[in-house]
Amino acid sequence: MSLLLFLAQTVRIAIPYLFAAAGGALAERAGIVSLTLEGFMLGGAFGAVLGAHYAGSAWIGVVTGVSAGLALALVHALCTIRYKADHVVMGVAINLFTVGITRFFLQLAFGSSSNSPRVVGFGADGTAASTFGFLLNPLVWLGIIVMPALWWLVQKTTFGLRVRAVGEHPQAAASVGVPVSRVRYVAVLASGALAALGGVYLALDQHQFTDSMTAGRGFIALAAVIFGRWDPLRAGVACLLFAAAETLQIQLQAAQLIPSQFVAMIPYVLTIVAVAGVVGRSTPPAALGRTTD
Amino acid sequence: MTSPSQQVPAVRLTGIDKRFGAVRANRGATLEVRQGEIHALVGENGAGKSTLMKILSGALPCDGGTIEVGGRNVTGWTTAEAIASGVGMVHQHFMLVPTLTVAENVVLGREPVSVGMFDRARAMQDVERLCEQSGLMVGADRLVADLSVGEAQRVEILKTLYRGARILLLDEPTAVLSPPEVTELWKVLRRVRDGGATIVLITHKLDEVMHVTEHVTVMRQGETVAQMATKDTTPEGIAHAMVGRAVDLSVREGRRAPSTANNTSTAPALEVRNLVVRGPRVARAVNDISFTVAPGEILGIAGVEGNGQTELLEAIAGLRASTSGQILLGQRDITALAVRDRGDAGLSHIPEDRHRRGLILEYSIADNLILGQQHHYQRHGVLDAAAIAANAAKQIAAYDIRPTDAALAAGALSGGNQQKIVIAREMSRSFSALLAAQPTRGVDVGAIEFIHDELRKARDAGKAILLVSAELREVLTLADRIAVMYGGRFVTVLSRAEANEEILGPFMTGAKQESAA
Repeated sequence: MSLLLFLAQTVRIAIPYLFAAAGGALAERAGIVSLTLEGFMLGGAFGAVLGAHYAGSAWIGVVTGVSAGLALALVHALCTIRYKADHVVMGVAINLFTVGITRFFLQLAFGSSSNSPRVVGFGADGTAASTFGFLLNPLVWLGIIVMPALWWLVQKTTFGLRVRAVGEHPQAAASVGVPVSRVRYVAVLASGALAALGGVYLALDQHQFTDSMTAGRGFIALAAVIFGRWDPLRAGVACLLFAAAETLQIQLQAAQLIPSQFVAMIPYVLTIVAVAGVVGRSTPPAALGRTTD
Repeated sequence: MTSPSQQVPAVRLTGIDKRFGAVRANRGATLEVRQGEIHALVGENGAGKSTLMKILSGALPCDGGTIEVGGRNVTGWTTAEAIASGVGMVHQHFMLVPTLTVAENVVLGREPVSVGMFDRARAMQDVERLCEQSGLMVGADRLVADLSVGEAQRVEILKTLYRGARILLLDEPTAVLSPPEVTELWKVLRRVRDGGATIVLITHKLDEVMHVTEHVTVMRQGETVAQMATKDTTPEGIAHAMVGRAVDLSVREGRRAPSTANNTSTAPALEVRNLVVRGPRVARAVNDISFTVAPGEILGIAGVEGNGQTELLEAIAGLRASTSGQILLGQRDITALAVRDRGDAGLSHIPEDRHRRGLILEYSIADNLILGQQHHYQRHGVLDAAAIAANAAKQIAAYDIRPTDAALAAGALSGGNQQKIVIAREMSRSFSALLAAQPTRGVDVGAIEFIHDELRKARDAGKAILLVSAELREVLTLADRIAVMYGGRFVTVLSRAEANEEILGPFMTGAKQESAA
């Protein structure tokens, strides 16, 4: 039973990672660096709370959250694709901008500098508290299938073939008439929507928005993409692994066997080890982050 | 396109203008290509050939002039429209996605679809059928990253054929091929031509022009300076039109016999013993190579690029660590020396990539001329401006570097003059051995002549020269002994008298190997 509890908690923690990493994998396969995941998630979380608060509906929250992610992604796409801004600089800018603007609107809309009032989520009140209540949340099911679906998209469809070509050798793709910029716009916008869904899930699961609530999850998701060598299925496994480490951390902290500071490091240490390439060198898409065509 | 086609040219470009900033790449260039012929477009580097072809293929817009294909005015069309009208370009730098398969690369942009999904099976079938029809054999399910250069080029041609190309534009297709692959390419192109296609071939190799083409158009400084029937002209005539003056072609054609080295008794100036060097992908890019170069000798290393030549020269120059083995300059073991100390010990190096290794393009000509020797041009830790200027004036005059303004950034010079800076720097210092990697790559005919003469002079002055060149012709022209490198080893070492293209070809492709000392 405790194993089942462990698994349940792992999945629950993994959902935002899965969404964000799916967005990251898609954009990076198309050649656009995804440092922005953190900002997309945070924007999605705030958008969701705003929508859910005023409309009183979790579904409206999903729509507004995703819209926020799309808006941020559009800015990122315009700057990196059209104006050829440096992807990393843009990523940092988007992240900082999102922290600032969500804080601003938090104050404006709810008169608080720390958190929003309670909003509706998925599932009736009360069930969410029970161990398996989260399974009533449709976003959980979407999160579970997002990586296999993305894998299918990338490997089996014409669009996926073009995404791979565009991320590896945009000039080659352009020389045979593939609309490189359009493919990249679609990929970045989809990545904004996906990562925002991760934020939407977080906010609705906690029934509120708190300042900077994503707490680096976007970066861990990006680490999962790299750890998974830009392959959706492997990135999905990496997300589950990181989530398992976090679950372990929570349970060990409760048990108080090891000083909690060390336990709290587990997910981050695992991330560093993974990204440092201990588990095999990973080669990014060749054109990743290249702004000059 | 049947009966009137003899009258209507396949391609007619008139008055094409193209600017890149201050540079006028094309100035009223013209080109007329008949249906069903192989047409050569020749000219020195920077003459505007590639630009003109990119304009024809829709990859670049032109600033002025008209493009007609099959009698139809198509000025200003896009790549997609050009492809749809049967104009396909095979680029000098392959436009292939290495992580995709051959079939995926070929169909990219025109993928067969079933039920909204990419139809991989049909892509495979289509490509395999195309391979058989055209004689361009390459496994459809192989990853492009695993292909040889020759195979990758076949994929490029397949791509254009898959799109129904009737007019093929090839940009220096033989630059990267071994002799047997070149022969194979001509066979395929003739077959494609006999199937009714028209082919435009950009090249600067005059023997190719004479060998496979019906007409030739010569460009110089963005303008079309001559159009002639190949059978009515000679390589000398074409070269004259390219450069604008008479050129001694024997240097390029390899007819001038190198003087035989008569110094068997002397100790080697450069010796390599059992050298093993790690490459970017393989652990033994240089796999246990030993050789010597005598004073007054040029040892030429032939071979298709990527067989360890780069790693070998970089290891000797000190730019890349060797795994094991010894490098001796004269009697001295320099294996552990730093690059600068090797230079001071008497080793000069003309690197294969002058932009990456040979020059700092933003620096002035004068500063580039002392690069790596700056410690000899200082006083009390401060650069000696007078000495640097004096050196620059001397070298610019001696090596005919143009323009002559020493303060000009190296990046502003033509490829040939940039290479002269490197040659001047490396050959004016005191040295006993010289590593010359691709010394004439991307250099115009006139400068090639000059550089070859300088190398011969150094050889005659008793220097040991290790020459690496992707141009077999160049190795045959200059070297006293020729080694063929394949898969990190010397697969054969022959004297100049024993070697010719037919003998070396099979070694270069790895078809033939013999244990070499």
